[in-house]
Amino acid sequence: MINWRSTLAIYRNELSRFRRTVFGSIVSPVLTTSLYFIVFGAAIGGRINEVGGVDYGAFIVPGLLMLTLLSESTSNASFGIYMPKFTGAIYELLSAPVGVAETLLGFVGAAATKSLILAAIILTTAMLFVDYTIAHPLFALVYIMLVAASFSLLGFILGVWAEGFEKLQMVPLLILTPLTFLGGTFYSIDMLPSPWDKIALANPIVYLVNGLRWTFYGQSDVSIGVSLGLTLAFLAICVAVIAVIFRTGWRLRS
Amino acid sequence: MEPIPQPILDIRGLTKVYPGGLKALDSVDLEIRKGEIFALLGPNGAGKTTLIGAVCGMVRVSSGTINAFGEDLARHWRSARQRIGLVPQELGFDMFDTVERQVGYSRGLFGRAPDANRIEEVLRSLSLWDKRGEEIRKLSGGMKRRVLIAKALAHDPELLFLDEPTAGVDVELRRDMWRQIGALREQGVTVILTTHYLEEAEEMADRVGVIDKGRVLLVDEKDAMMRRLGRTEAHFALAAQLPELPAVLRDYPVTLSDDGRTLCYRGGDGTGKGKAEVAAVATALVQSGIVFTALDQKESSLEDIFVDLVERQGLAA
Ligand SMILES: Nc1ncnc2c1ncn2[C@@H]1O[C@H](COP(=O)(O)OP(=O)(O)OP(=O)(O)O)[C@@H](O)[C@H]1O
Ligand SMILES: [Mg+2]
Repeated sequence: MINWRSTLAIYRNELSRFRRTVFGSIVSPVLTTSLYFIVFGAAIGGRINEVGGVDYGAFIVPGLLMLTLLSESTSNASFGIYMPKFTGAIYELLSAPVGVAETLLGFVGAAATKSLILAAIILTTAMLFVDYTIAHPLFALVYIMLVAASFSLLGFILGVWAEGFEKLQMVPLLILTPLTFLGGTFYSIDMLPSPWDKIALANPIVYLVNGLRWTFYGQSDVSIGVSLGLTLAFLAICVAVIAVIFRTGWRLRS
Repeated sequence: MEPIPQPILDIRGLTKVYPGGLKALDSVDLEIRKGEIFALLGPNGAGKTTLIGAVCGMVRVSSGTINAFGEDLARHWRSARQRIGLVPQELGFDMFDTVERQVGYSRGLFGRAPDANRIEEVLRSLSLWDKRGEEIRKLSGGMKRRVLIAKALAHDPELLFLDEPTAGVDVELRRDMWRQIGALREQGVTVILTTHYLEEAEEMADRVGVIDKGRVLLVDEKDAMMRRLGRTEAHFALAAQLPELPAVLRDYPVTLSDDGRTLCYRGGDGTGKGKAEVAAVATALVQSGIVFTALDQKESSLEDIFVDLVERQGLAA
């Protein structure tokens, strides 16, 4: 039986923690996204007019959104569980009547909520720079929620695993950001020379960016079914890993 | 005979071996009675915090069973934990949060519906009400400790663990906390506390357990323990040297020092018998015309008992 009051307490507590740092956590992604639009949209967009019939400025919107979603979901959730470990406040979570369900819904739910709010802000910001439409808005929303939840789960695992601040930032910085840059945010895979177009398909982020791009423009480099399937598989793996973490108490209980 | 009520906490054969091989708990058996204040005494590294951690969920036990409220804790942890509160040894909370919000969070985390009145009551009882809007990091160390206590009380636990609640707290605050704990007992809360201040156990506890190197050496009623192990010690400084122990003192546990200038009484049992015997010895001396110039008398405290026990155990090992 899930303890809903406890779940809500964790969720609310996390959101209130975000609220305290609302300035940094909203201004920074908005600023970054705007810079991308200025640099890539204006500078490169001047040379590339269209990709597959979509205006270049609009073409990069889903990729930029994905960039923020991945890094924010991961880092918010990882900090959420790492901070109590760091300050010692974890004792309270461990001694509370909460198990894997409450903890996940609370921490991951809050991180995902914050990501959704950010996504809305970024899409609004993008409107200032480019004209774009969303072909399948409901599908887009579901897909964004799915990605936010999956990467919040990944962040949670990272936060449990990390024993220091460097480790906490290592994965988002050294793995997620480069893979997203190489993952077709700024270009279509067909624009790559052989064999790079084949190699690019080994990058899992390609499927995420293209999945989201399909919900926007109804077209993408890979099929939406594959994108959706991979995202769901990733989500399931993260949930399974977290279930094992809780069962064994790994890095949580001594 | 009255029926023995079921213990609120029943620990059997509890062993904890930390990765690396250190045996922090070695087959601990312990029964805690409902409504009592139980003091767990032991030197640094004895295993007190580990024992609490095993019950509260921070420590994975290696073997043994724990029953809480009559149910196996490993299976019914969710319902049991709702009824258990913990004040940890170390400060640990979100320092940037405010007092009132943190305490409210704890109540929710333990599955209780929000109750502003109850939170106010808890905060007032710990003199934290005026500080409710403060960020925790701005409070003094002693006040932070009170916030930890408030968080532990926020869900009205029936069983409360206090891991060195008064470490690093000044005398006044300490006495204040003793009053708090006394008030909790009045409300029927069972309290298990660990402490290095033996004065604290002597003042507060109904029963005392002594733990060292992961083993529980002794558990007893505090008064019984004092009776069993309590001692009165008295030294009579004599005006003139005595060649041997006077015959009138032969029935008392009295010895004469090698230089024949001091008589030493060691006896009694913590019930006042010792004091009476010292008075009787003094009278006997006066009546036999043996003059003494000074009399030193002291009762052994739990501290002496404890040091004695741990040392004896050390010798035996
Ligand atoms: N996480 C851990 N990993 C390995 N060893 C540990 C761990 N925690 C405690 N220990 C060891 O277990 C033993 C018991 O520690 P514990 O903290 O239970 O003692 P304690 O009685 O609470 O001491 P104190 O009075 O100093 O708080 C110590 O030797 C300690 O070094
Ligand atoms: Mg300790």
